[in-house]
Amino acid sequence: MTTADTSQDGEPTRRDVIHIFATVTAGVGAGAVLWPLVHQMNPDASVLAMSTREVDLSAVPEGQAIKVMWQGRPVLIRHRTAAEIAASEETPLSALKDPIARNENLADGEADASDANRRIDAKWMIVTGICTHLGCVPLGTAQGENRGDFNGWFCPCHGSHYDLAGRIRRGPAPTNLEVPPYEFVSDTLVKIG
Amino acid sequence: MSHQSTYNPGTAIEKWLDKRLPLVRLAHDSFVDFPTPKNLNYWWTFGGILAVCLVIQIITGVILAMHYIPHADMAFNSVEHIMRDVNYGWLMRYMHANGASLFFLATYIHMFRGLYYGSYKEPREVLWILGVIIFVLMIATAFMGYVLPWGQMSFWAAQVITNLFSAIPLVGEDIRIWMVGGFAVDNPTLTRFFSLHYLLPFAIFGVVALHIWALHVPGNNNPTGVEVKDVKKDTIPFHPYYTVKDSFAIVVFLIVLAAFVFFNPNGMGHADNYIPANPLSTPPSIVPEWYFLPFYAILRAITFDIGPISSKLGGVIAMFASIFVLFVLPWLDTSKTRSMRYRPKTRLWFFLFVVACIALGYLGGKPAEGSYVVMSQIATAYYFIFFLVILPLAGIMEKPKTLPSSIAESVLKKGQKAEPSADAEPPPEAKPAPAQ
Amino acid sequence: MNRTTIVRTLILTVMTALAGASGALAAGGKARELIHEHWHFAGPFGTYDKDALQRGFQVYEAVCANCHGLELVAFRTLGQKGGPFYLDRCPAGVPDNIDCSNPNENPVIKAIAENYKFKVQDGPDDFGDMFERAPIPSDRIPSPFPNEQIARLANNNALPPDLSLITKARHHGTDYLYSLLVGYEEPPATVEIDPGQYYNPYFSGDMSQYLKPEHVDEEGYPREGVEVPLGGVLAMAPPLMDGMIEYADEETPETVEQYAKDVTEFLTWAAEPKMEARKALGVMSLIYLVILAGLVYWSYRKIWSNLKR
Repeated sequence: MTTADTSQDGEPTRRDVIHIFATVTAGVGAGAVLWPLVHQMNPDASVLAMSTREVDLSAVPEGQAIKVMWQGRPVLIRHRTAAEIAASEETPLSALKDPIARNENLADGEADASDANRRIDAKWMIVTGICTHLGCVPLGTAQGENRGDFNGWFCPCHGSHYDLAGRIRRGPAPTNLEVPPYEFVSDTLVKIG
Repeated sequence: MSHQSTYNPGTAIEKWLDKRLPLVRLAHDSFVDFPTPKNLNYWWTFGGILAVCLVIQIITGVILAMHYIPHADMAFNSVEHIMRDVNYGWLMRYMHANGASLFFLATYIHMFRGLYYGSYKEPREVLWILGVIIFVLMIATAFMGYVLPWGQMSFWAAQVITNLFSAIPLVGEDIRIWMVGGFAVDNPTLTRFFSLHYLLPFAIFGVVALHIWALHVPGNNNPTGVEVKDVKKDTIPFHPYYTVKDSFAIVVFLIVLAAFVFFNPNGMGHADNYIPANPLSTPPSIVPEWYFLPFYAILRAITFDIGPISSKLGGVIAMFASIFVLFVLPWLDTSKTRSMRYRPKTRLWFFLFVVACIALGYLGGKPAEGSYVVMSQIATAYYFIFFLVILPLAGIMEKPKTLPSSIAESVLKKGQKAEPSADAEPPPEAKPAPAQ
Repeated sequence: MNRTTIVRTLILTVMTALAGASGALAAGGKARELIHEHWHFAGPFGTYDKDALQRGFQVYEAVCANCHGLELVAFRTLGQKGGPFYLDRCPAGVPDNIDCSNPNENPVIKAIAENYKFKVQDGPDDFGDMFERAPIPSDRIPSPFPNEQIARLANNNALPPDLSLITKARHHGTDYLYSLLVGYEEPPATVEIDPGQYYNPYFSGDMSQYLKPEHVDEEGYPREGVEVPLGGVLAMAPPLMDGMIEYADEETPETVEQYAKDVTEFLTWAAEPKMEARKALGVMSLIYLVILAGLVYWSYRKIWSNLKR
């Protein structure tokens, strides 16, 4: 419509504002149509309904851990004993390979990886169960699994050892296990996501 | 009407590309500078509308396939998942379902236009035949698409239509079993229909390309049916004259589509298809989508045995013949005059033919009993008589009116007769064209 | 078919056509013409009445849900935009970190799910057993019966259909559902109905088979002057009774008509929960397209006008 200016005499020209107007209006419509075509690929309502997950912790005894699925990933939840909490809190920051907390619940992305910065309630250590090296799921959650040299988790793929706060202590993994966003709805009910 | 290419590559990149793959030249010669008769009326805009329909169907269809699950246990619920949970899923599905209906509406108008103005005649036989091939592919695609939601109508449509093939003597039952992949319609049927429903639209796309190619060799027919004699006097460039006219028609068509999609999305559907497929219970009346009703009426019109041919096989033969007679139409019509404008008698038979088709559509939706059957039989008989008797004889017996000597002359004459009116003819044609 | 039969058929047809009888031989009985209620959601600008939807859900849960599932609807859907329990902001007393417009966090939806009359089956657990738990918002509304066979056993071999799409799965489904719910009446004196079956003039069926023996001739056809009643019989007892459900809202009458109207509106929403979004987008699209059509038409006239010169 806009390129109506062929070489012949008397043809309408580009300057005819109505052609520009009509073309622009059509273009705006075409642009608006793109949104539904793109948005349909975003997570749908049934997927979004799974974006948060509530976990009842009352059935996890002290000293044990569970593994739950959240947004298609495993989340590891360990009920730590008083001795384990103390051991983890006493670990000097200088002994850590990755000094950053990696905790999505903290506003400060550069916070240090002290035990306090890795958890909300000291009893509960909640981390994403994906080894930061190449994405395997670390062992150490179920009873009798290898918990590694630091009594936390151990990734069997390439031998990364995590401690009781999910921090990398030895092996090829570059960073600490991620702490997912979560909050306590009550003492024993945690909402992940 | 082959014409010299007027494409003039402007930039260095265009020149570079033009030497290697003259794609821009092809597009320019086909859709920009293509000389088009200056007297095309609104009935000629349906080609462009159909291209838009095909694109809408493919885009929404590819999107639906991202969320749909072709499994007998999950198909119905996955469609409802699209309707309820997927972002804008309801829009995609309603566009696809109503788009299919309007696609057929536009196709029928396009075909009747070709019939009325004799667009199938020499030298456009191949163009017409390619069009009929597209139509056959569309029928197959629409039928298989209708099965996918796996509601009651889907299931029983699949059951009834595949059973048609069992009417073939000797091998019919084996063919039916081969088609549905089992002893009855079930999951294997659904998965193969899904695969083919996804494939065929691209086949249609390919044949549409050939159809347009076959159009651009002889050029457009026009309402007078007189060939272009002087490109300068009789034609105007496709762009901007017909691009803008087609655009207007397309927007009007989109208004109709939007009215259905947003305000009556299930108006052309059938309530029973919101009941999940149940092989143990047949709905009280099985009716195809409206666009198949004329063929369904022909199928049911044959209620009697013809010699060794059972009524079942006879119905199937009649239904397929009603489509395949279109393939030989260019040779059935013996008249040298293309446009019905100049064929006063045949024109009346043509209108009666349109009435018969609409009547068949009405009768196909009625129960096959009593007077409906007889009326279907009369309409079916006329359908075939029109093609097989009237058109061959009319060419010999009818004396056509005098044709205008050229397109330009017909446009001139019209302008002298009356001021432009608001009918299907676009106003500008009514004025004398500039002699350049 | 020989020539005489063809001729006879033709004559018959012409006569039928002359008599103006359409569908002369229509078999089976007819149902009474539906009651046409005025619905809040009718028309291009119609929306659902949120209060009616909430009451309708109450009626569904208290009455319909005893036999009919609603398996395509999730609890969260009740709290999505356009749904009966959608909240655009949180009521007082809800912690700040809760986003009530999110149906998965909506406290009303959570309470409805948790206290729903049926549990969902989940599992297997660590011991390989299936177990029951209270629903959460992401669950579909649990059905009363675990499968079709048990549903039939409990209902005299009739299968109560799922109601998720009921208003779209019947012709004029909304009016049909309402008419059916309020339409139960005593069967006419000419018919006799088996125990466990109920007469409803809006249900499609064939009442001629229920005519008492004295009203039919030897071949089973109705005698002269005997009218076959409209409607049919179904296995569902009249489900609603005046005053059976207590509405929180004092103003709304607790009558069969009101219950039927509310639950019909709710089930219409359940069949088409995106209707409001659809109509809103439709109005915008049509306005846009009409404007565009006007502009393109203007452009078209302008371009073609120079052919006249």
